[in-house]
Amino acid sequence: MKTLLKLAAIAAAFGLAPAAASGQAPAPAAAANQAAPVAATAPGAAQDANAAATTNAVAPPAPAALAPTPTIGQPDGRYGLSDQVTPIGVEAAWFNDTILLPVIVAISMLVMALLLWVIVRFRRAANATPSRTAHNTVLEVAWTLIPVIILVAIAIPSIRLLAHQYSPPHADLTVKVTGNQWFWEYEYPDNGIHLVSNMLSEEQDRARHEPRQLGVDNRLVVPAGAVVKVIVTSNDVIHSWGVPAFWVKIDAVPGRLNETWFKVDRPGVYYGVCYELCGARHGFMPIAVEVLPREQFAQWVASQGGHPAGARPAAAAAATSAPAAGETGPPAAATNAVAEAAPASTNSSATR
Amino acid sequence: MTDTTANAVHFEADHGHDAHHHADHKPGFFVRWFMSTNHKDIGTLYLIFAICAGIIGGSISGLMRWELAEPGLQHVQNWATMLNHSVGLPNADLDQGRHMWNVLVTAHGLIMIFFMVMPAMIGGFGNWFVPIMIGAPDMAFPRMNNISFWLLPCSFSLLLGSMFVSGGTGLGAGTGWTLYAPLSTSGSSGPAVDMVIFSMHLAGASSILGAINFITTIFNMRAPGMTLHKMPLFAWSILVTAFLLLLALPVLAGAITMLLTDRNFGTHFFDARGGGDPILYQHLFWFFGHPEVYIMILPGFGMVSQVIATFSRKPVFGYLGMAYAMVAIGVIGFIVWAHHMFTVGLDVNTKMYFTAATMVIAVPTGIKIFSWIATMWGGSISFETPMLWALGFIFMFTIGGVTGVVLANAGVDTTFQDTYYVVAHFHYVLSLGAVFSLFAGFYYWFAKMSGKMYNEVLGKLHFWLFFIGVNILFFPMHFLGADGMQRRVPDYADAYGPWNHVASIGYVVMAGGMVFFFINVIWSLAAGRKAPDNPWGEGATTLEWTLSSPPPFHQFETLPVVD
Repeated sequence: MKTLLKLAAIAAAFGLAPAAASGQAPAPAAAANQAAPVAATAPGAAQDANAAATTNAVAPPAPAALAPTPTIGQPDGRYGLSDQVTPIGVEAAWFNDTILLPVIVAISMLVMALLLWVIVRFRRAANATPSRTAHNTVLEVAWTLIPVIILVAIAIPSIRLLAHQYSPPHADLTVKVTGNQWFWEYEYPDNGIHLVSNMLSEEQDRARHEPRQLGVDNRLVVPAGAVVKVIVTSNDVIHSWGVPAFWVKIDAVPGRLNETWFKVDRPGVYYGVCYELCGARHGFMPIAVEVLPREQFAQWVASQGGHPAGARPAAAAAATSAPAAGETGPPAAATNAVAEAAPASTNSSATR
Repeated sequence: MTDTTANAVHFEADHGHDAHHHADHKPGFFVRWFMSTNHKDIGTLYLIFAICAGIIGGSISGLMRWELAEPGLQHVQNWATMLNHSVGLPNADLDQGRHMWNVLVTAHGLIMIFFMVMPAMIGGFGNWFVPIMIGAPDMAFPRMNNISFWLLPCSFSLLLGSMFVSGGTGLGAGTGWTLYAPLSTSGSSGPAVDMVIFSMHLAGASSILGAINFITTIFNMRAPGMTLHKMPLFAWSILVTAFLLLLALPVLAGAITMLLTDRNFGTHFFDARGGGDPILYQHLFWFFGHPEVYIMILPGFGMVSQVIATFSRKPVFGYLGMAYAMVAIGVIGFIVWAHHMFTVGLDVNTKMYFTAATMVIAVPTGIKIFSWIATMWGGSISFETPMLWALGFIFMFTIGGVTGVVLANAGVDTTFQDTYYVVAHFHYVLSLGAVFSLFAGFYYWFAKMSGKMYNEVLGKLHFWLFFIGVNILFFPMHFLGADGMQRRVPDYADAYGPWNHVASIGYVVMAGGMVFFFINVIWSLAAGRKAPDNPWGEGATTLEWTLSSPPPFHQFETLPVVD
């Protein structure tokens, strides 16, 4: 079952990429284009996809949305790196703050001190007759070898950090992230949940006490302490899914499934943005990740009409039959089935 | 190399009022400037062109800092409306305003790289001084030199023209200077991106022709006794740069031609639907793009070496090490390209390789920095304006260089990729590195090129205001990037507001410095003191200082002998 759902996710990744052929709409159609993602978040459309088996009336209540912390998970105008909340982020920030930053500051200070010294000591008034020295083998070998040693010293923790980034623990939850012009889609293949995440307007930000430019209508919700595997792709152009507090950034490339991971113990809200120029509204497709305690996450899954991983509710049954048909039928069948399960926005881009 | 204007005698103006020395026999205005085959005149044309392009590119960055000075969208929609009205379209909507931002970002990058820094360094100072420094009468292919220049205004016209045709959401190409597919293919309908691609084709052809010219000139036309190992470092830097151009630009030409066929002829090189790969474009682009950043800085290294030696009254320390450090930087520059792509989904071994290879570049760069300081050590230093720019260059380039070492670490770059930290890094090496070296070269050679002395007070005012301004402008961007602010956005989270405001103030200070530059140039050309052959004294040892200021129209008709 799990495997089938994952297959469906992969089929969606490859199937939807062609479906989103159209790319950017020409200028006159911009208004219609703008309307599509908004329509997708209207109660009817969104619930249609998320909770096919349940009606609004009987869906269990979602846990209260967490309020963001002003200094963690969002920018606060500081001088340095964001507070890190993942193991990789803690290691990387340590590497930057304890090794790289002191080294580069020391080198810059050394160069500045040497410059000031020669400016003062060897100005024409202080040294009227220049020397003719143009070689010093010992010096030249030294300033070649010492940087090599410094670089090797930097490379060791750097390579170790890379190795850690690329050896994730076993994943507790898999989320598929799809970039679109200009919003994010989040799918929980093991829970049968699909969300469309749009930026809030400034009025909505104020009403919901969200930071301007960062608030979204549907956050990506994950459980605290869980290893979350993130599969990232795109429906149109290249986007980049990045959350500074997690030390996570991975490009969403059409036709590719990129993978990264994070594990956050501290419940809270963490913001990110699209980091790759993707058209007019590149700066207007933020990311918000809400980390909930595990029990509340289960409650949230139920409120979205999802099911615990491994269970097989009615909604998922319908969805999984499609990829099965796709195995024998033409590949287009799988594409269509996934497109049907997706919200109106995806449909509209598929038909455009 | 002899009389290349023989067929143009009919166009000559009448200047028979006094007897001209044969070497100083100039053709008439039109022939001299529009059909030029003289390396110095072509160099002057390149410099004038670069200054014009710099004014446009710099004004665009002013617009961007104006918009970014406060959180929220203030001006972009109005600018898009103005652009729309200029071609008879109705008022711009909000998305067209946001698209306008991307157009500005794209234009600023392309103009500064291809139409300001490269023409000034290679076409301008390279043309002017490489033949003189190696004791040659002119470039090897004077007519090719002419077409190298005239391709550039054509290319620039295409780029500027692209802003007035549709680029998808609004007018102009909003793809960024990198033209990443699929944003530049299926993501941008309309002819704007096609025009930008053709513009790059022409600029690339111009540079390739120029590179062939420089390589041939330097290998074949050195004066007797001027061996490669006696050649001034500026000539070395142009030689290495020419090889980088020759090897890198054809790859760009191929990549953007594939973009063009993807856009117009149904190919799928970069389209996953047809079995293509958007990441392939990035590999091709950065295989060109990384050498390109060294193309923009190596001639600067050369100029700074000349200036430091001149004003320290000492020969360059570790000459051979300096020359071969540039060769090493050029070679390594070709094998580090994927460090621009650390977040595209490379596998871990690839990232480890590119991390290590990138950090290696710090070694030859360090050799250069320390050798410059060692050149000054024991010297007798005077601080005329060119020397101030060269000193500023060394320190600012060091800061840009060390943040490059940070970014070289793929694991760290995960969070810095595409943030303002990267913007700060490459503006420190370009806007404070390459541009500082350009000003150093400009003040250093202004007297030689124009025959007039620049004004020292105005030059120093220019330096100090510019130096303070760009540091206020770009240093806070490190903080913005570390806090996660993404590149290429007209609006941002409110927390980024204060540092952005500071940066915009820095722009105003810098622009104030530029006012003194223009006053200085105009005043000096009009009323400057007549320049002697060698205004810098005993430290200036290269061949250009043995000639008059300005040099005769044809120099070295009898080749100098270097011992």
